[in-house]
Amino acid sequence: MAAVTTTTPTTLRPVRRRFPFGRAAAWTVMGLILLITLLPFYWILRTALSTNAGLNADPTNPLPVDLTTSGFERALGMQSAEEAVKQGGAGGGLDFWRYLLNSVLVSTLITGCQLFFSAMAAYAFSRLRWRGRDKVFGLFLAGMMVPAIFTLLPNFVLIKQLHLVDTLLGIALPTMFMTPFAVFFLRQFFMNIPQEVEEAALLDGAGKVKIFFRVVLPMASTPIVTLGVLTYITSWNDYFWPLMVSYSDSSRVLTVALAIFRAQTPATGVDWSGLMAATLIAALPMLVLFACFARRIVSSIGFTGIK
Amino acid sequence: MTIASSSPPSRLPVGGAAKARSKPRTRRTDVGENRGDGRLAALFIAPALLGFVVFLLWPTLRGIYLSFTRFNLLTPAEWVGLDNYVRMVHDPIFWSSLKVTVEYVVINIGVQTVAALAIAVLLQRLTQSAMLRGIVLTPYLMSNVVAGLVWLWILDTQLGIGNEIISAVGVDRIPFLADETWAIPTIALINVWRHVGYTALLLFAGLQAIPGDMYEAARVDGASEWRMFWRITMPLLRPVLAVVLIMTVIGSFQVFDTVAVTTAGGPANATNVLQYYIYGSAFGRFQFGYASAMSVALLVVLSAITVLQYRLTRAGRTDLG
Repeated sequence: MAAVTTTTPTTLRPVRRRFPFGRAAAWTVMGLILLITLLPFYWILRTALSTNAGLNADPTNPLPVDLTTSGFERALGMQSAEEAVKQGGAGGGLDFWRYLLNSVLVSTLITGCQLFFSAMAAYAFSRLRWRGRDKVFGLFLAGMMVPAIFTLLPNFVLIKQLHLVDTLLGIALPTMFMTPFAVFFLRQFFMNIPQEVEEAALLDGAGKVKIFFRVVLPMASTPIVTLGVLTYITSWNDYFWPLMVSYSDSSRVLTVALAIFRAQTPATGVDWSGLMAATLIAALPMLVLFACFARRIVSSIGFTGIK
Repeated sequence: MTIASSSPPSRLPVGGAAKARSKPRTRRTDVGENRGDGRLAALFIAPALLGFVVFLLWPTLRGIYLSFTRFNLLTPAEWVGLDNYVRMVHDPIFWSSLKVTVEYVVINIGVQTVAALAIAVLLQRLTQSAMLRGIVLTPYLMSNVVAGLVWLWILDTQLGIGNEIISAVGVDRIPFLADETWAIPTIALINVWRHVGYTALLLFAGLQAIPGDMYEAARVDGASEWRMFWRITMPLLRPVLAVVLIMTVIGSFQVFDTVAVTTAGGPANATNVLQYYIYGSAFGRFQFGYASAMSVALLVVLSAITVLQYRLTRAGRTDLG
């Protein structure tokens, strides 16, 4: 943009005079948007590090009131019930270490398997020749038209019949094998890998299986990583399905645990400090994960929506 | 598909025959692209196909079947014909849920699309900073549950900083999530906060496809940013915008999480969105048949909207070139 303003000074005089105002206004709007985006995160941290008594006494203080880690101790089950109640908690034993572990297991299982199986299918749809390929692929595409939410009830019935209710496997199973989107997304990238690369590998005596592992997967690593991170975030954040399937600590994931924490409101009012600490525990891993891959994801996110 | 039809069919199978299979051209010699990697493909497609059939195709058909039954999960489903649908048509709560859901979708999608478009254009015309794009995306990393809880706290009537600011300005405190008229708009806006960045980045990617020299040429002609937006950006972005709209509307209709953690459908059914009512029917009252019938209704509505939107916005066709 800067380069343009210097090229043809005659026609640009009026534009140049007007522009800074517009630009300043635009930056102000941008600043406001960033503020609304980021402030809630700070507020979570500030609340989590305050005591409930402090929050009641001084609700507008921009800094943590009576700086403490008691909220985190409560969320992680490190406080005795009496101590928790004294601090304004519900005293119901919630162990966010456990839920954190459950979330990690479920998300890792889903992401790992879904990615690998979808990549295999995408390879078969893009690089292998077989009868009925386009028909089967068309069926997968039609599957994208069914809103995920429609299959939840029947899937719950199925998981119940398989006696997998209240297990981590039961939570993971429906999305572990594939999503039509993942197959579709990866197929697009596999199709763009030049024929010549594959042929060269074939001439070297590599089989199709070897080509998949040694050529196709490495060459598509960027979209695979992007899809992987997005899948991880999606399964980490899922609430509706785990809510149906999990009943006890053994399969409870973070989102479900958070809602339960919120529901066990003590008589003195909501335990905001503990709740925000738990919220932070649930959110932080995704922020860290995103920070590691941010550049790659941000620049390739467009492909995830536009076909 | 394109690769299969455009490349000489003989090349790959001949090369691939070297190792992958034992009998390359004994059986089918009619159509080139059908020859070949059958067995290997079967192996590669098997896990995904299994998942597709068991957890997508079968549940879809079963969901439709269950909508014609009475089913409480413990005893076998009993065929009742159209009973559930008749009941649905006469169920005032179903209609109010549908109305509340549509209200939510209109506010959610309306605000979100305009805001996302504004953010995308600002990101494109103001700066190309990847860091800013990353920041805009951060709320999307939160779950709906987290977003709901944070705003529940910020908007709390007694202690929330939002209401503290409102009362400091001299206006009465607003019970955002406890008031029948405020609750739905509030939930809609909370979800805008979470999703607007992702939508903006999708639109941003669409904007990147518009050739930069179009703006340069317009600028040379003395066009203002405002005019360029309406004359260049909007027409060229339309196909992308249409696809994004279809995606977000479908997502928006499925609202559940935020309602579940902030209002639980209340006050007085004011936020009892369709998905929440369906969940309550199934897991609260064990009427899986009735819940399935309402799910089918939602499926029909969503399909109709997709087709309609696709037609209206002429998605897939671009003015570019």
